[in-house]
Amino acid sequence: MTAPLLVFACGNPSRGDDALGPLLLERLEALNPPNVELLADFQLQVEHVADMLGRERVLFIDASVSCPPPFAFSRLHAAKDTSYTSHAMSPAAVLQACQELYGAAPPAYLLAVRGETFELGEPLSAAAASNLESALALLEKLCVGPSHQAWDQFIMPPEKTI
Amino acid sequence: MINQAFELETAAHPENLKRVVIEPVTRVEGHGKVTLLLDEDNRVHQARFHIVEFRGFEKFIQGRPFWEVPVIVQRLCGICPVSHNLGAAKAMDMIVGAKLTPTAEKLRRLMHLGQVLQSHALHFYYLASPDLLFGFDSEVARRNIAGIAAAYPEIARQGVALRKFGQEIIRLTSGKRVHGTGAVPGGVNKNLSLAERDSLLKDIDQVIAWSQDAVNLIRKVYGERLDFHDGFGYFKSSFMSLVREDGALDLYHGGLRAKDQNDQLIFDHLDYSRYWDYVHEEVRPWSYMKFPFIRSMGRENGWYRVGPLARINNCDFIPTPLAEAERKIFREYGGGKAIHSTLAYHWARMIEMLHCAEGIKDLLHDGDLQGDELVTTGERSLRGVGVIEAPRGTLIHHYRINEDELIVRANLIVSTTHNNQAMNEAVRQVALKYLDGNELTEGLLNHIEVAIRAFDPCLSCATHALGKMPLEVELWDAEGRVIDRLARSGLGSCGV
Repeated sequence: MTAPLLVFACGNPSRGDDALGPLLLERLEALNPPNVELLADFQLQVEHVADMLGRERVLFIDASVSCPPPFAFSRLHAAKDTSYTSHAMSPAAVLQACQELYGAAPPAYLLAVRGETFELGEPLSAAAASNLESALALLEKLCVGPSHQAWDQFIMPPEKTI
Repeated sequence: MINQAFELETAAHPENLKRVVIEPVTRVEGHGKVTLLLDEDNRVHQARFHIVEFRGFEKFIQGRPFWEVPVIVQRLCGICPVSHNLGAAKAMDMIVGAKLTPTAEKLRRLMHLGQVLQSHALHFYYLASPDLLFGFDSEVARRNIAGIAAAYPEIARQGVALRKFGQEIIRLTSGKRVHGTGAVPGGVNKNLSLAERDSLLKDIDQVIAWSQDAVNLIRKVYGERLDFHDGFGYFKSSFMSLVREDGALDLYHGGLRAKDQNDQLIFDHLDYSRYWDYVHEEVRPWSYMKFPFIRSMGRENGWYRVGPLARINNCDFIPTPLAEAERKIFREYGGGKAIHSTLAYHWARMIEMLHCAEGIKDLLHDGDLQGDELVTTGERSLRGVGVIEAPRGTLIHHYRINEDELIVRANLIVSTTHNNQAMNEAVRQVALKYLDGNELTEGLLNHIEVAIRAFDPCLSCATHALGKMPLEVELWDAEGRVIDRLARSGLGSCGV
């Protein structure tokens, strides 16, 4: 059966702070939250629209170079963007593709965690490690939140989002 | 003519020319850019395709225990991790002295066919088809997934389904969707259970049918504007690929075969474990990516193409019936000789996708996939070379280890590096034919990108952090000042 909540983390564990998403997912996995499916991949791609189908809610987690530290939590809306023309897609573009291909996309949120360095072979930076702990605290609350309303209270004001 | 390839590489007086930059090139993987130097009449004097980011693969791998490498190299590339997993595992097979069991080899082949199928599907349905179905200079806002979904919804859904099927094969053979440990030194980590096999078998006939449809579609599209598609970015070159002992197409293993631009053999069935005796990599100061060439032909004449076009041109036959029938049509179209057209890559790629679908079905019916002999070892060696035909072409992994079993040296030649000179040549041909002397527009600049995309280059850094996706085209004057800038907006439009 399809889990109602999908948490999808993007990132390459060997590219410095790009590992933030997969590492957060690992920590979440250890907590074994109920009714949640956890997925990770290097980057979002068109086939991931199939993972959106049948969900009540989707949460994307990704490292960000443009959000303020430690993280930004926002509601996502389907949107065309330039990533449509590349191998890698943004979360909003995946939702848009889901709408275009299957008529609807589930409600979705984005947890963007501030990263600083993304070099191949680099470990997580100290700043990112600290941001990860802050983001994990929010993740734990989200995974027990039963409704959109419960999630919406954590949405940050626009000036604090990416 | 091969020697013309270098004519536009370096302008005689670059200081007097204006500079146009296309960065990043879109619908290719990773970050590349094209620079053009034009005079006041927009005549092209220099055209280069650059790789922007240096990846430092070899250094990243040094000091790692050899057995860890097939897993760790998957993180080099977010697009083709399975290719690196298999290339490294084959090299490590040599280091552990293993001769694979039938179960291990067939499971690896299955994983590889799944990877090539999903990669080719992504490229054709989502990266190439917007240009091919709408036209290279059609409305830019339409040339994307959304445009395909709106105009051809069934094709768009097939693309997703084929990708998903290939990813499912990878998951079932490697144990995980990503970062799996499918191939390990000397074998594989798991077999395919009967339940897993049956879950794939239930969809395979549909996958074959869709793949056949895709070949029919590209053959039709290509044929509708035959002269244009034939002549677009046209040049002749040598081709290199692996072939099976009997000359068949083989994406997983074989000997190296190279043919020159007149379809004559340069070498055949070469043991790739000493590839450096035949292929040399040249460094040029203006690009991070090296320029390989066949030693016996020299730097100027020895460059070549790899990938689907090279493989279909080079092989004597395809060992699955539907794809072989399509190869014969392709070959007949070329008058029984190799086809050199840049856009024929798309046609060849779909023939290969059909072969992958057929090959997957054959393997799924093979009882060896449920075998228990997964790993073997033999006499150790300090050096290992693994070569496979990755989706984009020949992929070479070469390692040396020390007595402590740590990597001391690594050399990787990825498919896109083999095609470096050829992609530059395609850019130059298109720049001369379509841009030379003309007012630049987004549609004309897209012609350059179309030529590059035909190779499906992977320039991946596998970093995709949010906030890093610009596309700008800048026009510089002779004094180095930016006098014009094109920027692609979030809606895919292009404003001056």
